This record gives sequence, C-alpha cells and structure tokens, in this order.
Amino acid sequence: MIEARGLTKRYGDTLAVDALTFDVPPGAVTGFLGPNGSGKSTTLRMIMGLDRPDAGQARIGGRRYADLEWPLREVGALLEARTFHPGHSAHRHLLALATGGGVARSRVEEVLGLVGLADAAHRRAGSFSLGMAQRLGIAAALLGDPAVLLFDEPVNGLDPEGVRWIRELMRSLAAEGRTVLVSSHLISEMALTAEHLVVIGQGRLLADSSVADLTADGRSLEEAFFALTSDSAQYRGTERRR
Amino acid sequence: MSTTTGTVTGTGRPGFAAAARMEWLKLGSLRSTRWALSATALGMIAIGVVTMANTRAPQGAEAARTFDPVNNVLAGIALGQLVVGVIGVLMITGEYSSGSIRATLAVVPDRRRLLAAKTAVLGTVVLALGEAAAFVTFFAGRAALTDTIHRPGLGDAGVLRAVVLSGVYLALVGLIGLALGVMTRHTASAIGILVGLFYVVPAVAAGLTGTTVAKFFPTLIAANSLAVAKPVADVLSPWTGFTVLLLYTAAALAAADRMLRRRDA
Repeated sequence: MIEARGLTKRYGDTLAVDALTFDVPPGAVTGFLGPNGSGKSTTLRMIMGLDRPDAGQARIGGRRYADLEWPLREVGALLEARTFHPGHSAHRHLLALATGGGVARSRVEEVLGLVGLADAAHRRAGSFSLGMAQRLGIAAALLGDPAVLLFDEPVNGLDPEGVRWIRELMRSLAAEGRTVLVSSHLISEMALTAEHLVVIGQGRLLADSSVADLTADGRSLEEAFFALTSDSAQYRGTERRR
Repeated sequence: MSTTTGTVTGTGRPGFAAAARMEWLKLGSLRSTRWALSATALGMIAIGVVTMANTRAPQGAEAARTFDPVNNVLAGIALGQLVVGVIGVLMITGEYSSGSIRATLAVVPDRRRLLAAKTAVLGTVVLALGEAAAFVTFFAGRAALTDTIHRPGLGDAGVLRAVVLSGVYLALVGLIGLALGVMTRHTASAIGILVGLFYVVPAVAAGLTGTTVAKFFPTLIAANSLAVAKPVADVLSPWTGFTVLLLYTAAALAAADRMLRRRDA
C-alpha cells in the first residue's frame, strides 16, 4: 500500500506537484497517467525519498521511505533507464545493491535469469541497449522480492516481445498480492495492463478510479483521458514521448 | 513466466557495514580506479628516485644546516595528490553522472550513513596506498642517493614523522575530493575547485605575499610542514600543519553531509 497525502513540490515559481492525495492498493496494477510534465516522475521520486516534498507526505506500508527498516526488501523501483555505472557489469551492479541492501548474493543470478540478462551479466553495462538497460533496472527492482514496486515508464526502449513480457510481469506481481504502481504516457499500454488508474495533470489529481469506471459510458480509455486532461496538457501538439 | 523464484534470504538488516561493503565493491570493480591508483604509486616512487639521484651534497655551512633529502624524496606527493583527489571526486560525481546515485540511495536512504560509508572505504584505501607509496618511495629514493651524502634513516629525527604524515596527507586529499564531489555533484566543477585550491590559488598567494597566506594551503603544508625532517622557517610546524589539514577535511565533510541530506537527489 502506497499513500500520498497532500504531496506538494515546487520548483521556483512552478508548482510541479500540487497537494496530491491518492492510494495505491495492493493486489492490482495501478496505472499512473498524465501528460508530459504533469509531475509523475517528481511524485515517484518523492515516494522514494529522493526529492523532499515542500508539503505533505508519501508513505509505504505506513512509513516514509527513509524510515523503512529494510528498503531493498520492502520497495523495488525502476525510476529511469540508466541507474548504473557504465563501467560496472550488470552482475557487479546488482551484487553491490544486494550487498548494501542486505540481500543474499544468490539472488543476483536469479533476477538476472528472470529478466533475460544471464548471458550479458558480465559485460560492461555501459554497452547495453536501452532495452537491456531497462531490463537491468527491472532486475534491480525485483532484487529484494519486495511487496511494493514502482515502475516509471517501464516499456521505453523495449521491443514488442519485451513490452508483452513486462505487461505479464506486472500483472503476475499484482496477482501475487503486491502493490504495483506504473507510470506511463502510453494510454493503450495502460488499458492493457492496469486495473486502476491515477490520472494527474499539472500536478493535480484528475481521476482516481478503476479502468472500468472510466470507460463505463462506452468511451475508449483514450477518449476518457483526453476529456480529463483537456485543460492541463501543457505540451500537446509536440512530441509525446519523454 | 514466473515472476519470482525461490525465496530471498537476507544477510541481516543492513546498516553501516553493509553500506561500506557496497561501496568497497563499487570502488574495487572499476578498472579505471585501479589503474589510476597504481599509476599514482609508481609515479610517486619514480619522482622520488629521480629527485634523489639528482640531489647533490650541500655547499657551505648554511646550506648544510637546512639540507633535507627527506623533503626531496617525497616530492612526488605534489603529483600524487591530484590523482587521489580526483578519485575522491569521482566516487560520488560518477554516481550523479551515471544516475546510479538513485539506485544507491534507494538501498541506503540514510544519506549520512552513505557518506560515512564512502568516507570510510575511500579513506582506508587511500591511506593504505599513501603509506605504502610513501615508505617504498623513501627506501627506493634513499638507495638512489649518491654515496657522498649521508643516507637518512627512519630512526633519524623527524624522518618517520615525515614519511607517515605524507601518506596520511594523501588520504586527507582523497576525502577532500569526495567532499567537493558531494558539494558540486559535478566532476568538472569539483576538479576545477580542487586544482584551484591545491595549485592555482596558493601559487598566486605565494607570488603576492610569500608564505604569509600560502602556508595555509594544503599543497604547501604538505611540502613545507609535513614532508620535512627539519622544520622550515616561516611556515606551519609539522603538527600544526597536520592539525590544520585535519580541520579542513572535517569541515569539508561536514559541509558535504549537510548538503547531501538537504538537497534533492
């Protein structure tokens, strides 16, 4: 369970996240949708304790991230594609994280196999394609077998097979009773993956409901999304990939 | 495909020791770091040997009174300190430029613990390297000294102090580099400040005011206060200089700790 309560973040004069309150329940994939620049990544970073909120709080299982006793085994996160030193191998990167996080080193081989990187485990990770980097990030998120998982734009750079793989991965993680929060700007992907949606625009909450409710009047999820965000998309008409 | 297999066994609730082991793994697995440290040690030894081989016996009573071959043999520190300082910088700025700082802080959210772990690992590695380089340089350089000059021994007054403090100096420079890296989060900025503080500003100060101001800068403390068997006039005494350096290092790390804990990552 993730709880955001009045989360607020200001960068200079810009209110990036504006009193955001929502819950992410366990046992379901919750999609975190919003136009570019709507504050999704900032929100995830505040949940992870990387950015300090100007007001409000984010709690995971009732605690702030900084107060978790065993962070690596409680929360796993893929925040951006490259969060490893290019001179380290995938194996060494994961081994360092496992060591620092109090997870047995045998788990490193397990997650490398799980994400399909076993054959590339000892190559310099700096030579990885975006898709492989993404898989390494997912391996790091799964390292501690955590009950709460955050994925920021996980399908970026993955080929169609990889996209399907991660869709099934997230669904099965949720089916095991875990809390899964996935941010995306890809509505079609969310329509296939998520059961619950949190939609934000310009840092404010626009919707917090099930996919079924959003599309109950016969609209497609895409139509429902554009109706919700029509007032808050700052960059419409420009490139929509981040 | 199953998402998780087996069970995750823990190695105990992670604390400072786990964070330090993580930093040790990260530092040790970069080939560039190992090369730079080895090259530093070899460079210091080579400079010491060449300087000693070219050291001539002093002419006249005054020159003989201040003649200090121990200072000559440790001349390589002026070069070695730059590499060591840069390795300290890269230990943290490399994490910001690669993005791995996010993964690191997810595992060790206690930022003071993270900085303490980096400080301990870097300090230990560079201290061991610095002492090894200082002692090997001393013995290799002493052997290269011409026969007409009395060879200094570790038992002579001030010699052991000079060699040991020179090794410690390198460790302190590494930690100052780390602190600068935390403060700037940027490799080029941190190295720029490092070069400014260790080479440019003291050189300018020495040109304008002699030793009055320059004697407080680390490079001059190392060359004139630490790496000497015979204390030099008009500069800080060995132990005063060493205390000043310890204060600089502590102040830099304290400022780095404060900034690391207050800022967004």
